[in-house]
Amino acid sequence: MDVVALEDLDPDTGACVLLGATQVALVRAGDAVYAIDNHDPFSGAYVVSRGIVGDAGGVHKISSPMYKHAFDLRTGVCLDDPSVRLSTWPVRVRGGRVEVLFGAAVAPRAAA
Amino acid sequence: MSATPRAASTLVVVGHGMVGHRLVEELATRGLTRSHRVVVIGEEPRVAYDRVHLTELFGGKVAEDLAMTTRAELEGWGVELRLAERVVAIDREQGTVTLAATGAAQTLAWDRLVLATGSTPFVPPVPGKELPGCFVYRTIEDIDAIRAWPARTGVVVGGGLLGLEAANALRGMGVEVHVVELAPRLLAMQVDDTGGALLRAKVESLGVTVHTGTTVARIEPGEGDPSRVGRVALSSGETVNADIVVFSAGIRPRDELARAAGLELGPRGGVAVDDRCATRDPRVFAIGECASHRGATHGLVAPGYQMARVVAATLAGEDARFEGGDGSAKLKLLGVEVGSFGDAFAATPRARVVSFQDTISGVYKKLVLSPDGKRLLGGVLVGDTSSYGSLSSAVTAETPMPKAPEELILPARAGGGGGLGVDALSAAATLCSCHNVTKGTVIDAIRGKRLSVVSEIKACTRAGTGCGSCVTLLADVLKIELKKAGVAVANHLCEHFPCSRQELYHLVRLHGLRSFAEVLERHGQGGGCEICKPAVASILASAWNEHVLDKKHLPLQDTNDRYLANIQRDGTYSVVPRVPGGEITPDRLIAIGRVAKEYGLYCKITGGQRIDLLGARLEDLPAIWAALIAEGFESGHAYGKALRTVKSCVGSTWCRYGVQDSVSFAIRLEQRYRGLRSPHKLKSAVSGCARECAEAQSKDFGVIATERGYNLYLGGNGGMKPAHAQLFLTDLDEASLVRMLDRYLMFYIRTADRLQRTSTWLASLEGGIEYLRSVLVDDSLGICAELEAEMAANIEAYRCEWTETLRDPGKLRRFRPFANSDARDPSIVFVTERGQPRPARADERPMAKADPEEVTS
Repeated sequence: MDVVALEDLDPDTGACVLLGATQVALVRAGDAVYAIDNHDPFSGAYVVSRGIVGDAGGVHKISSPMYKHAFDLRTGVCLDDPSVRLSTWPVRVRGGRVEVLFGAAVAPRAAA
Repeated sequence: MSATPRAASTLVVVGHGMVGHRLVEELATRGLTRSHRVVVIGEEPRVAYDRVHLTELFGGKVAEDLAMTTRAELEGWGVELRLAERVVAIDREQGTVTLAATGAAQTLAWDRLVLATGSTPFVPPVPGKELPGCFVYRTIEDIDAIRAWPARTGVVVGGGLLGLEAANALRGMGVEVHVVELAPRLLAMQVDDTGGALLRAKVESLGVTVHTGTTVARIEPGEGDPSRVGRVALSSGETVNADIVVFSAGIRPRDELARAAGLELGPRGGVAVDDRCATRDPRVFAIGECASHRGATHGLVAPGYQMARVVAATLAGEDARFEGGDGSAKLKLLGVEVGSFGDAFAATPRARVVSFQDTISGVYKKLVLSPDGKRLLGGVLVGDTSSYGSLSSAVTAETPMPKAPEELILPARAGGGGGLGVDALSAAATLCSCHNVTKGTVIDAIRGKRLSVVSEIKACTRAGTGCGSCVTLLADVLKIELKKAGVAVANHLCEHFPCSRQELYHLVRLHGLRSFAEVLERHGQGGGCEICKPAVASILASAWNEHVLDKKHLPLQDTNDRYLANIQRDGTYSVVPRVPGGEITPDRLIAIGRVAKEYGLYCKITGGQRIDLLGARLEDLPAIWAALIAEGFESGHAYGKALRTVKSCVGSTWCRYGVQDSVSFAIRLEQRYRGLRSPHKLKSAVSGCARECAEAQSKDFGVIATERGYNLYLGGNGGMKPAHAQLFLTDLDEASLVRMLDRYLMFYIRTADRLQRTSTWLASLEGGIEYLRSVLVDDSLGICAELEAEMAANIEAYRCEWTETLRDPGKLRRFRPFANSDARDPSIVFVTERGQPRPARADERPMAKADPEEVTS
C-alpha cells in the first residue's frame, strides 16, 4: 500500500499514518524505514510514533513517550519486557514513496 | 558489672536539652530504654531542640525546625517524657526526686539519676537589668521575646560566641548594634589578640560598634518612656542609646539541686564528677554544662555529648571515660569564619608558635607546636577555617608534623603550600568530634559496607551530621579509599557517549558544536538513544538557545519538547501559558477561559500559580496557541526541563506584613530566566517577608525579603523527595542577588548530571553549600565572569518558542495526528465530569470495533 512520500517523514523521527482504521507508526531510523503499531500497550494510548528513535547495540529502536518502554523496530519486541510485542509490517521505499505491505502484519498474539 | 542496674530498674534524667537528649539516644542505641524504665523530665514546654542554632529563628526557621526529636519517637523507644515539669528536690536516702508541676508536688523513685540541667545565662548585677527591654539569649521563648520587641538600637553585653550570635541576630532585625566586652578583645576564650583584632575589624565593617575592656555600669530608661530601656552607661564613661539589651556574658551551671542534695561541687561551680561522669554518689551522674570535670565546666555541646556517651556506656556495663574536653570550636559569626582548637593560647610550657597573617584578605592562622616542633598542640584560625578539620584532628591523633609546619597554614600556591592531608592522619584520629567518629570507623564502614558516597558514610556512622565541619574530610577519606580499592567511578552518559554530561557540556562549548550529529561524530559512537538525545538537546539549548524544533534538533526531543506541550495519559496534551509571578489581569483570565471553552479544555490551577489547560488534541495545539498569543500570552515552558515559574505572595503592595515588593521582583526574575533550559526543571519563588507564604524554601532558588533586602536560598524542591533549600546569602540588594543567580544557574547547568535537580547536585558537590559559596561569591575557580556572560547570551537569545513555531510552516506541519490523513484521532474520547471534560476510562468508551491487534491478553 502506497502511504506517503519519504520526504514527508523527518529523519530519525516517527510519524503516524492511518491505514484503514489502524494507526501505524512509520519510523525513519538512519537509512531504514519501519512500520510498527502506534498503540502503546503499557499506557493504552496511541503514541508510539511520538517517541525518540535510537539504537541499542546497533539495533534500531523507538521508545514510547509515555513510560519510555523501548521497542525493537525490526521485530516489535519490547526491549524492557520481551513478553510484549507490537505488530510490525514490512516496508519498502520505491521512487521516493513509502509502501507498507499492510495485511502482512506480524501479529503479537501469533508470536507469543 | 556491679554498676549495672538490675533489669526494670528506673533511670531518671533531669533535663531534656541537647545533652540530656543525646543521653537518651545513647541509651536507646544500647537497648537500655527497653530493659529499664527511663523517665526524662524537662522544664521547658517542648522536646529537646538545637540551641546552637537558635539564631536561625531570625532567618525564617520556626521552633519546630530546631526540634531534635518528637514525642512519638521517644515513646517508640519506650521513654517516658514529662515536659513542663520541674525537679525541685533530690532525696538521695530515699532515692526519689520531687516534681513540681502546676499544683501538687509529686515524688518519683529512681535507681540511677542523671543530672543534665544545663546552665542559666549570667546576668551581671547592674542597676536597671530588670527594665523591660532587657533579655537573655538561651531559649526559644527568649528569642520570641526579642523578636517581638521593637528596637532601633541595641546593646549586647558580652563579646563571646553567644554575644556575637546575638549581635548578628539583632543586626538582622535592622537594629544598630553595640557589643560590650569586658576582655580586651572579642571571642576572648577562643582567639588571641591578633585574631581578635582581625575579627573586630571585620565585625566593625558590618556596622557593629565594638567596645572592649569595658562593662555596663548602668541601664537606664529612656527619656520618653520611663517604663523601658532607653540607654546604657558604660564603665568607660560613654553612654549608648539602646531600646534593647541582650545579656550574653557567660553561663552559670545549674547545680542548685545537687548542692541542696549534699553533692560535692567543683571549684567554680558545677556538680563535681569523675571520669565516668559520676558524682560523689555513684548512683548519681551529671553531664553537660552542669557538670564540673577536673575542676572545669564546659559550655560547648561536643564535650557534653561525649559525657552523655560515657554515662550510657557505663550504665551498659562498658568501660568508658571522659578524658576532658577543650574549647575547640569552628564557627561562622557575622560572616567571619573562626576556628580555635587544642592549646590555642600556647599555655604549654616552652610551646612554639608559627603564625601567618594577611590583613588584606583578613586571614590569620596560628599553630601551637610542642617544644621539639614535632607535634601540633593547638591553633587559631580566623577568616579561613578550611583546614580546621585536619588540623584539629592532628592534635587529638598526635600526628607527626612535617619539617616545615608553616606549610600547613601558608596559602596554597603552585608547587607549595597545601595542608595536612587526611592521609597523614592515623586511624585513631577523630574526624567528627560531634559524634566522636574516628577515621578508622569511617574506613571500616567504607570497606565493610562498600560505601561510595559521603551521604552513605553519614548514614552509617553519623559522622558529618553534627556541625558538618568534617564533611570535606570524609569526602577525602572516601576518595582515597575508593582509589585504593581500584574503583573507577563510571559516569558515562549511555552506550553512545563515554563521558559525563558535565564533560559533554564543556566539549560542546569549547568546540562550538551546534548539532547532535557533530557531537556524536566527535565524541560519541552509534546512533544515539532516548537517554543521550534529550541530554544533548538540553546542552545545546543551554549553550546556544536555538529553537528546539529546528530540523536538526527535532529528532532529539522527547514528546513534550517535540510538541511544546505536556503529554497526558490518553495521548492528548496540556497547555500552560506563562503567568509571571502568578499575577494576571481580569482580561487575561477571561481570555484563557474563552480559549478553553472554544477548544473544550479542562481547567486546573497549578501549584506554580498558573492555569493548566488539559485535553488539547495534537492538531489543535497551534490554533490554541495562536489564540493565546493574540491575547498577549507566551509559552510557559511547562513542557521543558527549563525554568517553570517564579511564585510570589502579594508582598508589600498589599500585605500588611510585607517588607519588599515580592510580586515585581518575582516577575522580573521569571522574565529574566524564562525558557532557560537546564538539566532538570527549575522552580522558584519570592516571599515578601519571613512568613514565607510563597514557599521559597522548597524551590531550586528561593528569595525571602528582609527589612534590608533579600535572603537567597538554594537547592530546595518539593515532589517525591522534598528538600529544604539552604540559606546561601543574606540581605542582598536586587542587583547582587540577580548576579548571584546568574552564576548559580549557569554553574548548575554546566556541572549537573542529566535530570539531576539542584538539591541532589548541591549534595554531590564536595563541600556542599560552602564550596558553592567559594565558587560563586569568592570566585575560587575564576569562572564567574564567564558564567555571567553565558547567562547574558542566553537571555539575549530568548524567543517565545510558540510564537516562532507559528511563523514557520515547516514546523507547523508536524502538528497533525496522521501524516496521510486529516482525520482526527478517534482513540481520544472524553466524558464530562463536574462540568468539564476528562479522558474516558476503558469502561466508558464506546465499544470499539473488534480489532485483535488491540486486545492484550
